[in-house]
Amino acid sequence: MIIPLEHYLIFGAVLFTIGIYGILVRRNIIGILISIEMILNAVNVNLVAFSRSTSASPETGQIFAIFVIALAAAAAVVGLALVLALFRVRKTVLTDEITLLKW
Amino acid sequence: MIHYTPYIPLFPFIAFVINILFGRYVRKGAALISIAASLAACAVALPAIAYVVHHGAYSVQTEWLLLGKKTLSFGVLLDPLGCVLLFVVTLIGTLIQVYSAGYMHDDAHFSRFFAYVSLFMAAMLTLVIANNYLLFFMAWEVMGLCSYLLIGFWSEKNSAADAGRKAFLTTRVGDIGFFIGIMTLFAGAGTLNFADLGHAAHLMENTPLLTAAALLIFCGTVGKSAQFPLHVWLPDAMEGPTPVSALIHAATMVAAGVFLIARSFPLFEAAPDAMQTVAVIGTMTAFMAAFIALSATDIKKVLAYSTISQLGYMVAALGLGGFAAGTFHLMTHAFFKALLFLGAGSVIHGCHTQDLREMGGLFGKMKHTAATFVLASLAIAGVPPLSGFWSKDEILAAAYTAHNPVIYWTLALTALMTSFYMFRLVFMAFFGKPRNPKIHAHESPAVMTVPLWLLAIGAVLAGIPGSPFMHHWFQNFLAGGVHAGGHAAGHGSEHVIIPFVVATSLAAAFGGIISAWFLYLKNPGLPAIISRVFRPLYTASLNKLWFDEIYTILFIRPFGAMSRALYRIDEQVIDYLVNKTGLATARTSRIKGWIDKHIVDGLVNLTGWTVQLASALVRLLQTGYLQHYVLIAFLGTIVLFFIELRK
Amino acid sequence: MQTHLLSWITFTPLAGALLVLLLPKNNSRLIKSVATAATLLTGALTVKALTLFNAAEPGFQMIEKAVWIPQFNVHYYLGTDGISFPMVFLTALISILACIGSFGIKTREKEYYFLYLLLETGMMGTFLALDLFLFYIFWEVVLVPMYFLIGIWGGPRREYAAIKFFLYTLTGSMFMLLGILALYFKSEPHTFDWVRLANAGFDPGFQKIVFLALFLGFAVKVPCFPFHTWLPDAHVEAPTPISVILAGVLLKMGTYGFMRFSYPFLPDAAEWFRPALAILAVIGIVYGGFVAFAQSDFKKMVAYSSVSHMGFVLLGLAAFTSDGFNGALLQMFNHGTITAGLFLLVGVLYDRAHTRDMGAFGGLSAVTPVYAGILIFFSLASLGLPGMSGFISEFMTLLGSYTYSKLFTGLACIGIILAAAYLLTMIRKVLLGPVNDKWKGLTDINLRELITLVPLMAFILWIGVYPKVILSYMASSVQVLLASVGGVS
Repeated sequence: MIIPLEHYLIFGAVLFTIGIYGILVRRNIIGILISIEMILNAVNVNLVAFSRSTSASPETGQIFAIFVIALAAAAAVVGLALVLALFRVRKTVLTDEITLLKW
Repeated sequence: MIHYTPYIPLFPFIAFVINILFGRYVRKGAALISIAASLAACAVALPAIAYVVHHGAYSVQTEWLLLGKKTLSFGVLLDPLGCVLLFVVTLIGTLIQVYSAGYMHDDAHFSRFFAYVSLFMAAMLTLVIANNYLLFFMAWEVMGLCSYLLIGFWSEKNSAADAGRKAFLTTRVGDIGFFIGIMTLFAGAGTLNFADLGHAAHLMENTPLLTAAALLIFCGTVGKSAQFPLHVWLPDAMEGPTPVSALIHAATMVAAGVFLIARSFPLFEAAPDAMQTVAVIGTMTAFMAAFIALSATDIKKVLAYSTISQLGYMVAALGLGGFAAGTFHLMTHAFFKALLFLGAGSVIHGCHTQDLREMGGLFGKMKHTAATFVLASLAIAGVPPLSGFWSKDEILAAAYTAHNPVIYWTLALTALMTSFYMFRLVFMAFFGKPRNPKIHAHESPAVMTVPLWLLAIGAVLAGIPGSPFMHHWFQNFLAGGVHAGGHAAGHGSEHVIIPFVVATSLAAAFGGIISAWFLYLKNPGLPAIISRVFRPLYTASLNKLWFDEIYTILFIRPFGAMSRALYRIDEQVIDYLVNKTGLATARTSRIKGWIDKHIVDGLVNLTGWTVQLASALVRLLQTGYLQHYVLIAFLGTIVLFFIELRK
Repeated sequence: MQTHLLSWITFTPLAGALLVLLLPKNNSRLIKSVATAATLLTGALTVKALTLFNAAEPGFQMIEKAVWIPQFNVHYYLGTDGISFPMVFLTALISILACIGSFGIKTREKEYYFLYLLLETGMMGTFLALDLFLFYIFWEVVLVPMYFLIGIWGGPRREYAAIKFFLYTLTGSMFMLLGILALYFKSEPHTFDWVRLANAGFDPGFQKIVFLALFLGFAVKVPCFPFHTWLPDAHVEAPTPISVILAGVLLKMGTYGFMRFSYPFLPDAAEWFRPALAILAVIGIVYGGFVAFAQSDFKKMVAYSSVSHMGFVLLGLAAFTSDGFNGALLQMFNHGTITAGLFLLVGVLYDRAHTRDMGAFGGLSAVTPVYAGILIFFSLASLGLPGMSGFISEFMTLLGSYTYSKLFTGLACIGIILAAAYLLTMIRKVLLGPVNDKWKGLTDINLRELITLVPLMAFILWIGVYPKVILSYMASSVQVLLASVGGVS
């Protein structure tokens, strides 16, 4: 059975929307980081789905997806490191309590 | 020897330099230095005079100053006229300095006195031998300076200090006239040499400039010889030491004014109007001063007014054309007036007072002084055969031949008054009873009386060369000078004795003496009665015709007021304007400052405020919440997305 | 050295000034010696120039010319002639004497001598510059040190006086600058060069405007009535040596400007302005004399006498005769020496008595005889006693002006009487009369003060007795000037 492209796309969109939602409403930075991961994965799903159904050379999409996974891992590392550093100074990981850049 | 003539003034000048610079070392030696210098000057001068007597005028000159294309030369001119003065100045000057050594003996500034006197001698001798007006004027002014310094010699006395200043300033007024006269002459004729005067007068003949030049030069005489209306300084000048009065204010310097007219004679002769003025001023002065002398009680003041009067005589003589007569009187007057002053000095030295009313009966106590003084008085009164008779007679003769009865009789009356006031002085001081018992008069030392006797010889004999006994040798000698071509030789009348004139002269002389004797010895109470009867005249004489008061009101006060007013204008108008300009600038700049602050800078600030305001709005977006930014970014993306879709 | 002699003369003081800056502040002895050495060296160089100076040569000598700002045709152009050289000599002389006279200054010596030497450079440059641009720079260089010298070391109202002096002269020189620029832009090709401008032949209307502009600049400096009121204030407040410089040299910059620039560049206008100049001169002479007579402050009296005496210079300039011009130039020199002496003497008295009120003194001739003698000497020189220099120059100016106007000459003669009146009154008040007990202990003049006065006395006497020598230095250049304005000789 071949799952139609639309299903992937809908799945990706849902995943993306949940990610956006998470970013916008979570006050915990860790949660925001997780949400970002979800957005990245939504993109990965789309990439792989398109590469399989429409592309002349399907490897491109897959390679892209792997790149994104690697980058996401790196981003998570850097992000978590920042969060750790921040936590050490401010004893919090809630975004509305970190107002250093606010006017 | 004649070639050393230019160096005659150098001797006293050297004495001046030594005495002024090293006065504190030479001390009493100052007198010796000055007298030696005078003697040296005599030693050169007398042979030079002898040379001129035998060979005629001597002159030499050297270039001094370049004026455009004309050069001014300075040099020496020794003609018969100059010889007369040279003779008088060196001889009398030396005698007076000898006398001064005694008179000033105890003065604290002994050396300074002799320094000034020597400087005076140098200047006077330069003047006498000068060959042009500029050098003459320079010496003339230096003499004025010496006169100033010596009048104010006892400067601790306010009156002396004031008198010095008055003398200098008054004579300077005349000197400025003289100065302008010199310029007029130079502009008109291009020469200042005495030798070229005849030519200069010819060049300027019949122009108003000639009369102007002559009159302006005469201004110098008016100031220096104390002629009306500038005579006021001379009586005050008596504040100076008495030898100074004798030397400067009787015998030499004041006579320099007369000498000036004599020097400028060709010029005056060509300007009859100027001559007339000179004669009138001289006569007026002679009469006026004699009138004031009638009531003076200060022994030196009497002599001072007498000097003014006699100078007026000389000036009048020159104004009447009596060149030889004026010069002759100058010489005789120098002798007897110097003698009178020195005698007065001796009296003052002996009695320590100058007031005639306190003296009396001094003849017994001061024999030498009294005897010489009486001789001099006889000479000035015009008693023959003393010197004054001959010269005064010449002057009266000049007035007589000029056919000017007003001047003639005024001068005759003056002669009468002269002999009267002189013998009034003699009788009050030397005869009668002592009026003040506190005065213990004593005769002066020989250093003072010997010069008195020597001068007395001069006063007696100086008239002889101009008398018929020597066939008017003096007049003929003078006529042989530079003026030969002009005037003096021509008038034979000067050399003739006119019986009428002699009679007038004798009457005046003896009339004065007898009336003085009658009033002051015979009836001592009478003068007071007379003064009461003729009160207005007496007060006028006593108050010196109010000249000083009139000048104070007319000149001195307005002068001071003027200078103060101008100063006030300077401070309160000109400087006020300057300061106001400054302040106005400051005020304008304050307004500009306001504009700058509130308008120009306001615009700049407005720009800033606008930006600030705008950013205040915009910064509301900056909540600091990360999520807000993300939301905005997200919404923005969506908007962009839809915009893209709409295409 | 020979070839750049004038530059050396101009900049030796500046070098001295810089050297003074390097010296330790507390070593006042060293500072004084260096400063004096600098002025003496300048003096020596000036004497050297004197030996090289050719009196017969009417044009400029020892010329130095180099391109400076080619874009604007500005040159570094120095030269001297019979008109400027006496002034240079005077500057060198007065600078030495005033420097010795400055030893009494005890505060902030380093700055004082620095500014003093800077001032000397400015003055020298002003008299030597032949390029108008350069001239203007030197002219202004004089202003700044003068401002500080009055403003820092002056009397109680020094700030007022300094500011007044500065603003007044600056206003004047602004007009002068306009005049200079007008000359520059009118000349074709544009130039600041003296020789070119003197031969330019501007049209008469233009000349009048420029003459007026230059006149304002120079007249303030002279100072010519009615631009004179800064002078008494500046003189009274300035320390003695600065008064000496001010009266001795600075005032001459104004009249020098007329002779050097206004007359040769603008002969038609000079002719046209002649009556006005003569009237201002006569007013200055008489007015200054009267006002001087009203003074009770010794220094102020001397200051006003300067107004009167500088009037003679202007009168001589208005005469357009060789006597008048020679007399004016000589009067500049003589006034420099005489008034400098008088100011030094006022200073001597002030240093001891701390007052300048003439009425407070009396009878000093008995207390300080040497001082009295010297004061009388300078007073007599100032009132024009024959045998001293003042007489010669006044005589020549008056003789010169006599052919121009008898009336003005006669009026100017009143000034001579006035001079006698105020100076003799001063002597009467200060030296004569009863001794005031308060001053019994006054010490007589000391050696240092004598050293500053004796050279001046020597010049006064020398010129007074034998003026031919100094006049021979001036005569040929003055003749050229006279020819350029078309005067009669």
